[in-house]
Amino acid sequence: MNRLRKNTACRSCQRNGRITCRRTRQGDLCLKTGPGECAEMLKRARAAFLSGRTANECFRLAQLDAVMRLVFEHECDFVDALRRDLHKPRFETVVSELILVKNEALYAINNLRKWMEPQSVERNLSTALDDCMVVSEPLGTVLIIGSWTNPVQLCLVPLIGAIAAGNCVVINPSEHCAHTAELLHRLLPSYLDNECYHVVLAGTNDLSEMVELKFDHVFFSGTREEGTKVSLAAARCLTPVTLVLSGKNPCYVDQMCDINTTARRIAWARFHNGGQSPASPDYVLCHADMKERLLQALRCALLIFYGSDPRESRSYGRLVNAENFSRVRDLLWRSGKVVMGGQVNEAEKYVAPTLLSDVSETDPVMHQEYFGPILPVLTVESVDEAITFINKRDKPLCVYAYSSNSKVISRLMNETSSGSFCSNDSVLQSLMPCLPFGGVGQSGMGSFHGRYSFDIFSHKKSCLLRGTRIECLTYLRYPPYDDRNLSLMTWASSLTQKSQGWCQIL
Amino acid sequence: MESHSEVIARLRATFCTKVTIPLQFRLTQLKALLALMEENEAQIVEALHKDLAKPKFEAVLSEIDMVRNDVCHAMNNLKTWMEPEYVATNLATKFDDCTIRREPFGVVLIIGAWNYPLQLILLPLIGAIAAGNCAVLKPSEISQATEKLLAELIPKYLSQECYVVVCGGAEDTKKLLENQFDHIFYTGSQSVARSILQAAAVHLTPVTLELGGKTPCFMYGRLDMKTTAKRLVWAKYFNLGQSCVAPDYVLCTAETRDALLPAIREALEAFYGTDLQRCPDLGRIVTDKHWSHLMDMLGKSKGKVVIGGESTREEKYIAPTVVVDVDGTDALMQEEIFGPILPILTMESLQEAIDFVNTKEKALALYAFSDDPKIVTTVLENTCSGGFCANDGIVHMTLPSLPFGGIGASGMGCYHGRWSYETFSHKRASVLRSWALERVGAFRYPPYSDSNLSWLRWATTTKKSSCSIM
Repeated sequence: MNRLRKNTACRSCQRNGRITCRRTRQGDLCLKTGPGECAEMLKRARAAFLSGRTANECFRLAQLDAVMRLVFEHECDFVDALRRDLHKPRFETVVSELILVKNEALYAINNLRKWMEPQSVERNLSTALDDCMVVSEPLGTVLIIGSWTNPVQLCLVPLIGAIAAGNCVVINPSEHCAHTAELLHRLLPSYLDNECYHVVLAGTNDLSEMVELKFDHVFFSGTREEGTKVSLAAARCLTPVTLVLSGKNPCYVDQMCDINTTARRIAWARFHNGGQSPASPDYVLCHADMKERLLQALRCALLIFYGSDPRESRSYGRLVNAENFSRVRDLLWRSGKVVMGGQVNEAEKYVAPTLLSDVSETDPVMHQEYFGPILPVLTVESVDEAITFINKRDKPLCVYAYSSNSKVISRLMNETSSGSFCSNDSVLQSLMPCLPFGGVGQSGMGSFHGRYSFDIFSHKKSCLLRGTRIECLTYLRYPPYDDRNLSLMTWASSLTQKSQGWCQIL
Repeated sequence: MESHSEVIARLRATFCTKVTIPLQFRLTQLKALLALMEENEAQIVEALHKDLAKPKFEAVLSEIDMVRNDVCHAMNNLKTWMEPEYVATNLATKFDDCTIRREPFGVVLIIGAWNYPLQLILLPLIGAIAAGNCAVLKPSEISQATEKLLAELIPKYLSQECYVVVCGGAEDTKKLLENQFDHIFYTGSQSVARSILQAAAVHLTPVTLELGGKTPCFMYGRLDMKTTAKRLVWAKYFNLGQSCVAPDYVLCTAETRDALLPAIREALEAFYGTDLQRCPDLGRIVTDKHWSHLMDMLGKSKGKVVIGGESTREEKYIAPTVVVDVDGTDALMQEEIFGPILPILTMESLQEAIDFVNTKEKALALYAFSDDPKIVTTVLENTCSGGFCANDGIVHMTLPSLPFGGIGASGMGCYHGRWSYETFSHKRASVLRSWALERVGAFRYPPYSDSNLSWLRWATTTKKSSCSIM
């Protein structure tokens, strides 16, 4: 246990660059979880898993129900915690965090039985009398590392998948949203089984060490830099990972589009959550003919949304911490021209919803990873140029395209690659349980939500159940090897291209 | 001679032209692969014989036929696989198209292994082609004849702009891995897998690993000893025990062991005759080094050799061997055997055997022989492995509709049939929204109001019938 000496941080906090333990009152123990305690929790979780507790459907349903009740019964606490961490308006907390988690839990509860059932597969001649199926089994004990951008949802939605799949879980909510992390740390033990599910509060610098304790799967959401470190640590112990990483999501705006609806949808997608959502459009590629109209429409939308002084608006958030604030402020001062917004307030970590124009490809805002309420608007002369621009850069989490011309939409969709795609709106595809959400290339690997969460935390075990009574055609495979037997088997297993199925004899 | 980075750059440039995307192109390449197999059967058999003394029967059955069947399966089903998957829409997305599209990753790397040198590189290639990727193939340098043949035939049949064979040893593979790929598929050992995974992690490249492990073989309850022994012997000594899913060791009671041994002897004689070394149906160990390693393990074992044990260094031959009185600390139980040596461990109860297996790393496969279905179910439900087969061995990996892959130390990801296609595809969610229903969508906009929130809350909460807006 870490003992707090006067004016000295515990070892774990020191490793994460703090002089004092941040969240303690005088005399209290530091809440930070060091790697030693993580190891202890992992041991308990493994023992719980081996006991078979998470195997049956009833147990999993009860835990899923508990997650739902947790979110429902403590709505006010979550709203409060997120307000302190991100100045998140109640509306956003409820809609983009709590309701999402509830819906995912319900979706899992409604479908769990179906997901847990073994899937029978197509058989062939020699397995016609056998049972051939794919059984979904839990992986064991998994680690979920949440991101601060959506601190509740990015912990609890993967947790739902892990629970549904029958795993034991160690969850590490992001330390950057300290109040939310503490809330989860305090509440989860009152709702979920204490042996199977553990919340740890480890520092970012301790993540690699934690991963190397050896889990059966690691789910990480966050920045590319941290994701790479986690991935390397997991590689050292042959642990599979799912990574949902940030990237620069492009948003193409065509000359043919409903400009007002476009502007509203883009403005909402970019500036909700204080501009700190991984699925938001990061920059706009606007057809040259449309630029002025788009900027004007965006200005109007922002005025309607947040008023003339967004700092006074109750619907507008703040940046998560001083570090993020400095980064965002520097970027906006060093890139392009501010055409709207640009006001900052350091004490409040406030950055106004900002539109940038005259941004070049090489400006820092187009290169550095950041989360903040800045929207650079670049111009392109054609769809071709937009596609080339997007494809020159790393594959993003999302690609967006606004156009009334379905051919343009098709081209953007077919000629680019990204985790997901949405036309004429943004972010929504990341909120639907029936669609997988994840990255590709530099924006990550694997995806989650709904059934996909269940699948990433499951092992698909192939099972062939044979009897010994009937040797059937299988004797043809035994030595002494005989050309005639071989011809028979080759003939039986050779396919004509017209035939629907295929046939193989062993 | 192109350098690795030049090859990869060339393949990437080809991929960017989108030539691999249309169904017709993919089918043409698959058809060409089929022609490669059919027109070169004799050469393939000869190369496999040079590398592993593989009998023609085994070469055709476990290499040529498997690849042929998988190609035909892919050709027959590719159109369906490529169709976008529509998902259920809800109130707010009623006028929208919500689909999941399968898209290729780009340029993938497939590293093969020496024990089934053709199948282990071509089966993943089928998935890579079907999914629309370009591919770099790195066959194992240990099975040299097959490596040479692949290097000669692949450019002859498949598009040289899209698929390239790279030859070389461990150092070359290491250099190759410094480049960025969009997916890496590796079959081989755990130690190499770790370095591959680390090289991939730097580039954030997803990896499929097909590794091995010690495949346990449970034999409990009532047993049809004759059939059990035949199937065990077939699975164990096929390819002279050099299969990643060969039964590695047997767990049974002393009574079962005593009944099993004569049945094994009988099966061996029926299959390979009395002069096993001269039997053309038995393979050989791939290299001197592997042969020495196996003999070393056998030498250090504290068990008793009751069947076989003969060996000849010059021929890299080891007779089908069975060793009894082996316990968990024996030299034969420390790593995957990968040879024709079968230890039998006696454990009087099924539970003891299950507990023993559960202390070890998860294997690629697990077998249970029993005429009692309850025993089979108990083993299936209380153990974990890549795949499972009751009352037989290896055959579960020959059905393309079953995923073939490991878990934990035996690997990650899977392939065969449609699973190969999925492994080499990215599932991209796509929502095509219309401008309609903006009044509904507008409830989400600021300035936030309690009434809008109530409305959204009502409309977006999933109910029992799974109806939701968001």
